[in-house]
Amino acid sequence: MEHLEQFRQEVRDWLDENCPPSMRTPLVPEEEVWGGRNAEYVNPESKLWLERMGEKGWTAPNLPKEYGGGGLDRDQTKVLHQELFRIKARPALNSFGIWMLAPCIIEFGSEEQKREHLPKIIKGEIRWCQGYSEPGSGSDLASLSTKAEDMGDHYLVNGQKVWTSYADKADWIFALVRTGPKEPKHNGISFLLIDMATEGVSTKPITLISGKSPFCETFFDNVKAPKENLVGVENSGWTIAKKLLQHERNFISNFGLAGGGTGSGADVVNIAKKYLGEANGQIANSAQRENITLHKMKEHAFGLTLQRSGDEGAKASAASSMFKYYGTEHNKDRYELMIAAMGNKGLGWTNEGFSDDEQAITKAWLRTKANSIEGGTSEVQLNVISRRVLDLPN
Amino acid sequence: MKLILTEEQQFLKDTAQSFARDKTPVTHFRELRDNENSQCWDESVWKEMVELGWSGILVPEQFGGSEFGMAGISVIMQELGKTLTPSPILSTSVLGVSAINMLGSDEQKENYLPKIVAGELTTALAIDEGNHHDPFAIDATAVLDGDEWVLNGKKVFVVDGASADSILLVARTSGKSGESNGISVFVANKDSAGLDITKISTADSRNYANIEMSDLKLDQNALLGEQDLAGETLEKILDLGRIAISAEMLGNTEEAFEVTVNYLKERKQFGVQIGSFQALQHRAAKMFCEIELTKSAVIAAMHAADENSNELERLSSLAKFQAGETLHLVSNEAIQMHGGIGVTDEYDIGFYLKRARVVEQIFGTSEFHQARYADISGF
Repeated sequence: MEHLEQFRQEVRDWLDENCPPSMRTPLVPEEEVWGGRNAEYVNPESKLWLERMGEKGWTAPNLPKEYGGGGLDRDQTKVLHQELFRIKARPALNSFGIWMLAPCIIEFGSEEQKREHLPKIIKGEIRWCQGYSEPGSGSDLASLSTKAEDMGDHYLVNGQKVWTSYADKADWIFALVRTGPKEPKHNGISFLLIDMATEGVSTKPITLISGKSPFCETFFDNVKAPKENLVGVENSGWTIAKKLLQHERNFISNFGLAGGGTGSGADVVNIAKKYLGEANGQIANSAQRENITLHKMKEHAFGLTLQRSGDEGAKASAASSMFKYYGTEHNKDRYELMIAAMGNKGLGWTNEGFSDDEQAITKAWLRTKANSIEGGTSEVQLNVISRRVLDLPN
Repeated sequence: MKLILTEEQQFLKDTAQSFARDKTPVTHFRELRDNENSQCWDESVWKEMVELGWSGILVPEQFGGSEFGMAGISVIMQELGKTLTPSPILSTSVLGVSAINMLGSDEQKENYLPKIVAGELTTALAIDEGNHHDPFAIDATAVLDGDEWVLNGKKVFVVDGASADSILLVARTSGKSGESNGISVFVANKDSAGLDITKISTADSRNYANIEMSDLKLDQNALLGEQDLAGETLEKILDLGRIAISAEMLGNTEEAFEVTVNYLKERKQFGVQIGSFQALQHRAAKMFCEIELTKSAVIAAMHAADENSNELERLSSLAKFQAGETLHLVSNEAIQMHGGIGVTDEYDIGFYLKRARVVEQIFGTSEFHQARYADISGF
């Protein structure tokens, strides 16, 4: 404990010295940092903050030091997060590489792959995207058909991925490909890393019901991927894929609860008081006040459950399905309550007649509809809970 | 505040689990009901609980208790809830002890607490007067006449009121119904003249009474603590009661759910286990999520009580709300998923439904606590 307090002091001192002033102000979307070869920094201090945090390994505090991570244990990581939160520091780096890929490379990758990829992920030098879903393979992901043929020293990749977030900005993609076309569907999949700059890779953005989106379609047309970029054993990629999905689910459910990821992060109670008015300090419409209270109580209990899970030290497991299911459904509910409270002010599309904040909430409301689809639908999560937690029969 | 149990609390939970499994499985409750046991709990079972120290968990050490706190007694109640074990633990060891300890003078504590620890005294808290829990809607009056208090009024649905040796009577000494100020608490022996206790018969076959006070005369020592000023403390005592009963409800829920999931794995129709049907699986998975949320709300509330957190009121309401909502859902689904056998008296699952609706009411329904939470939070 004393040791931990000493660590806290070290963190404080370091942050005092190294966190640039503008990085302690609320984040504006155009200054979000995702790193990568083609990153552009509107604010030069964002770049400085990333470099300093990356050097320290604190963009990935719990990854091993030898691969560029922070090498912190669970308690130290918590302290770091508390201290970052205390000074309201912006995230130095948003990264699918850190959130999803790095834990899988640690668990399944070769020593060469760890040395090659982890430091670049942690420093934000290479930006990754995820190639999982295909037009014909959504919830039934294992039916995927993008094929990778063994050509001796490389695989020849042909096919299409869809819902690849930021594929148009990413440097590399981690993709599920079919290497064993004759095997049963789960046993013919491999986990392959592909450089997006390779000839034959192309991307096309997708417009959503909420408007512009980071999602893309990604096409592979006779793409050559060196064999050394296969993670784990050929045809055993499904195990890695499932593990990665757990990390993704945890990430989405935590993000959803924080109100981030889907835009405004506005508080539903404040919104309701503003647009419905107040009566004696209370939300003036009693029916909506009840609905909102119910929502806030569930949020409180869900937040306590995330905390309890952390306190119990539970590993990423089937419980991640519960968090993904509950967190995303809850987030959808929040935005439904918000636009309901805003009345006709919650239905704007462009700035003719609506403020920026109002439009943002409307767009965010539409965007939340994908929360319970992406990363495994709510129905798939409920299947996982039924089978893996409750042990109900197939 | 970490949302886990200490070793000591885990030990108490394990002890209570073995106790409930070995001494008071659901058949124990069924026997009490079938034999129309008048107090609805078993003296010898209570004696064993007393010997384990459960009567004194909230009692300060100087009066012979263990001070294991709300977390200690809550985990015991959770385990007892699993097998629907009836006992005066809520009315005596939580409510009686808290009221005497938080309101009473040193002399009163010395007089009552060691007796409770020793199992020589059981109590009941008589507060509600109407069809719904409303702690400050007190019309019962207490007037000082010379050196005696004279009490008049009625109390309803008093938990363990039909068996308690002493009744803690909440009465108004000033002000009007709905006000927190002007409320006082008195202790009366069950045999006092002017105190009419009538056992009522309820769906859960437990012990409740309606009480009439007609010129009930009590001496000055009967007033717990100070005149007029019990309101705020009473709210805190009720919060402890709400947390304890939420823990019991969590136990009810966990057991009803486990029995139901097991049934889904056993029961075959159309040649397969009915648990293979997605229509049932998804409902079971949703119940699982709500139970997890309930566990978190209950553990947060009991720790908040022990740490004297200023979040106690909000967390107590959250726990009672979430425990009530979840037990309501699970008790209904348990019956439906059992099908025909679920509505027979021979099968135990119906007991959980009958118990559920009663405990949902005690010390405030989910709606009561939703409204309270909204007010405290400034919504």
